Amino acid sequence: MRHSYYEDSARERLLGLLDEGSFREILPPTERVVSPHLRQLDTPAAFDDGIIVGKGTLDGHSVLVAAQEGGFMGGAVGEVHGAKLTGLLERALDERPAAVLLLVESGGVRLHEANAGLIAVSEVMRAVLAVRAAGVPVIVLNGGQYGCFGGMGIVSRLCDAIVMSEEGRLGLSGPEVIETTHGVEEFDSRDRALVWRTVGGKHRYLLGEATVLVDDDLAAFRAAALSLIGSTPDLGLEAMEAEHARLGERLRRFGDCRDALDVWERLGIAEPERLPILDTETFLATVSDKRA
Amino acid sequence: MESLTFEYQGGRPLASAPPATLVGVVSSGNLEVLVEPTDLGGACRIEVLTAAVGFGAIWQAVLDDFFDRHRIADVRISINDVGATPAVVSLRLDQALEALTGGQP
Amino acid sequence: MDAKTLLERLFPGGCDVAFDDVYFSGTGQCNNTDVAVLGTVDNTPIGIELAYRMAGEVLDVVRNHPGRPILLLVDTQGQRLSHRDELLGINGYMAHLAKCIDLARRNGHRILGLVYSHAVSGGFLASSMLADTCYALPDAEIRVMNLPAMARVTKIPLERLTELSTASPVFAPGVGNYLRMGAIEALWEGDLADCLAKALAAPVAGDRRRAFGEERQGRLLARPVADRVRHDAV
Repeated sequence: MRHSYYEDSARERLLGLLDEGSFREILPPTERVVSPHLRQLDTPAAFDDGIIVGKGTLDGHSVLVAAQEGGFMGGAVGEVHGAKLTGLLERALDERPAAVLLLVESGGVRLHEANAGLIAVSEVMRAVLAVRAAGVPVIVLNGGQYGCFGGMGIVSRLCDAIVMSEEGRLGLSGPEVIETTHGVEEFDSRDRALVWRTVGGKHRYLLGEATVLVDDDLAAFRAAALSLIGSTPDLGLEAMEAEHARLGERLRRFGDCRDALDVWERLGIAEPERLPILDTETFLATVSDKRA
Repeated sequence: MESLTFEYQGGRPLASAPPATLVGVVSSGNLEVLVEPTDLGGACRIEVLTAAVGFGAIWQAVLDDFFDRHRIADVRISINDVGATPAVVSLRLDQALEALTGGQP
Repeated sequence: MDAKTLLERLFPGGCDVAFDDVYFSGTGQCNNTDVAVLGTVDNTPIGIELAYRMAGEVLDVVRNHPGRPILLLVDTQGQRLSHRDELLGINGYMAHLAKCIDLARRNGHRILGLVYSHAVSGGFLASSMLADTCYALPDAEIRVMNLPAMARVTKIPLERLTELSTASPVFAPGVGNYLRMGAIEALWEGDLADCLAKALAAPVAGDRRRAFGEERQGRLLARPVADRVRHDAV
């Protein structure tokens, strides 16, 4: 029976993802390490500042994990939240787990603590890069209702792999911000189909931004994460130059596309307008040799 | 924001001392409830931090009802609330206790 | 200070930098060391093409000039806000630039950042903030968002934000705030060539921004919280 990743809270996701009884939270809510800045702004705080970090096992493999709670301030990164994530990544340098799993759900930098949040995201970026350089894979899971935007959208693409469901969203600037700044003609943030074509899981998978596309099902996320443990990416110059070539090719092939439908058509997909309505299995079969 | 504290006497301690539990999310219309078994000399203490100011009497009623139904001692309950309705508050409190005791009284 | 004047003051001995629209790159001489220079002008938004171009420049330096220090002089209003940039994965292009800068670092290149004009949000994150050390000119502008926009989005009254920002460096724009919070190591004034020479000679020791933030009382929790998560027994 399917257990929706989308509907779950961050805590529920973690507990459902890891081996039963294996999760040990680091700096749990009982420590009450809350944001002092939110209090100053008369804004409610959370005992875990919106991120759960800890360790557990995935099919017996030792993993360090973090899960952002989108329900709290959109999962946005503040001083404490960011420090918990950085500390977890640095712990991976000491413990060398089989992987670090990041269950992302974030609007990016928390405006109430804007400078602290921005610097925190930068420290997370440095830490992710250090962990990867040490040979520990960092795997992103993205399928929550708040999506993953802002600095966390950049962090996600620093990692080894991204597992997304169709429901997940991944980008940099949220559609609402673009609409507010440049108008509805530039991006109609209320056009849900447009939003998901642009930043949703299926498009990200086709473009090569997401590694694996799974059903909105905790077991599917778990299986995908498991399959990615043990990958050791090449971070050398040749690999980076190859990636650079791929990204250059993307600009050349799709630089003048007006909409995702144009991109999908150019990828050689026969009926691109049908892609959003296909279930995951059919979608994957349809696009199997057509990804960018 | 408003800070409220309630204390109840005459409850029964839990059969065992399970680890602390947290349920809920600090989002609009919702709340998080942290329940910790701890020696309070037999008291049940409930600390509320809420974004909805001026509802002290309603909190009193909801928490009185909660204590009536569960009558627990040596438990500290901490709440971060963002304007949840009494029904949601009661639900979360019950969920928290259930998660804590695993359904055992 | 405009970029050309900046380059003259950084490299009084001469430099060979080409400007192409909002982008510039080249080499400057500092104490007989060639320093790769890469930057932008005009408070430019960084979109997929610019991020890609900068990444390519960094890869070029790594491929062709082993060990050469890299100086980032990025003047930006932040990421470009457009449907097209999102469609084609601007977060991925920013991350790619970040990975290239990190590759350079791991391959032994010193990476320095100097905020000489504007540094905002995503544009800042994907460039200067990845330096080993980031400096700023005293009249530079660093921010996530201006206060009126922040007030609109957070629904906190502008008066309250303004009032709090006089005492707290946590959210308001300002080079001083970023200095206090540890993201900017120091301000460069006077003899910029000398500042550069000293910065190039300084030892590299990982990401020390949390330590600075704590010392300078701008960020009191980041260092201890990260340390606890790293070391606490579970």
